[in-house]
Amino acid sequence: MAILRARGLRKEYGRGAGLVRAVDHVDLDVAPGETVAIVGPSGCGKSTLLHLLGGLERSTGGELHLADRRIDRMSETELARLRRHAIGFVFQAFQLVDELTARENVELPALLAGVGPREARRRAAELLERVGLADRASHLPAALSGGQRQRVAVARALIGRPLIVLADEPTGNLDSAATTEVLRLFAALRAEGQTLLLVTHESRVAATADRVITMRDGVLVGETDMAGAGGGLGAYAGLEG
Amino acid sequence: MQDVVLALLAKEPSHGYELRARLQDALGPMGDALNAGQVYVTLSRLEKSGLVSVEHVGQAHRPDRKVYALTAEGGRRVDAWLADLTWGKPSEFHLKLVAAAAARLADPLDLVEAQRRELLRRLADVQRAVLNEPHGSAAALLLEGVTLRLEADLRWLDACARHWDRKG
Repeated sequence: MAILRARGLRKEYGRGAGLVRAVDHVDLDVAPGETVAIVGPSGCGKSTLLHLLGGLERSTGGELHLADRRIDRMSETELARLRRHAIGFVFQAFQLVDELTARENVELPALLAGVGPREARRRAAELLERVGLADRASHLPAALSGGQRQRVAVARALIGRPLIVLADEPTGNLDSAATTEVLRLFAALRAEGQTLLLVTHESRVAATADRVITMRDGVLVGETDMAGAGGGLGAYAGLEG
Repeated sequence: MQDVVLALLAKEPSHGYELRARLQDALGPMGDALNAGQVYVTLSRLEKSGLVSVEHVGQAHRPDRKVYALTAEGGRRVDAWLADLTWGKPSEFHLKLVAAAAARLADPLDLVEAQRRELLRRLADVQRAVLNEPHGSAAALLLEGVTLRLEADLRWLDACARHWDRKG
């Protein structure tokens, strides 16, 4: 049973000769607890697809279901509510509020969703602990490293206890060490059963997923099941013979 | 070198001079170092192993020309080489694609895709190790190097796919 299911999902811009099929009849199933990566060159439509899946943009056609609810026909109000309660977003540029501390940033979506201040604060403290930043709770984003900011953003994405976390180039603004920090966090979330869909152009990030789906010109063109991996590293060390 | 020469022969029987010209054509400036001797030495080794057969073709006013052809065993060796996902030098994989396309042995795009999956799986193995390695360890440094190389190889495979997609 899929948590997220897309059938024939389309997003078109323009018309006639200027018609652009940014997302072209995409069928996709994401199972509970699965980490799925969508890869492809820039401009292939992967970010647009993520926006459609998260209800941030409206599709031109097709069907989209989240946990058995059809969401592509929802009203804006219903959709906004769904985004707050069922979907967590992580973006390339973190999108933290500069004037708020790490803890306040994490609390914010819960407060907007109507959670009481005390409960929001409790959950935020718990999540900052979970992403390893309990001691940075009262820092402003400017006082945090890139990797730390993105971990705050992940904590914020989790505060509504989402069914699925959608991450758009989550390591695109990070150096190698900070990328490792964020990938470690994703691995821990996955071990806890969190469903995760990420869009990336970095093969290193994609390689940590259960499935890697390749997108080209708006179409999903191939899939690699990573479950078969695990041949041991000795063979690549080049020390044999 | 043996596998490359065999795969080039899969298109049609040739003599050494032709094979060398095709290799140089595929390698461009990287083929400059390739001398005629290397090709002939390889061919005579392949002949001894029974992977190619030789026919002497007479020419007026010149010594006979040797035309080399794949044997059945040579053909099987070529098939095994095409299916092999061992990752070596870019030039070897490049020649594999060139030879496979010339002899219509396999669709270069399929070879690229199979290789891409293989490298992605290797990268997954390496990433698992990276995530388990404490920051700043000597092994972490090595794993970073392996990661960067695999990432570069995967980017190059994307370029291979674009190139052969246009040609096909």
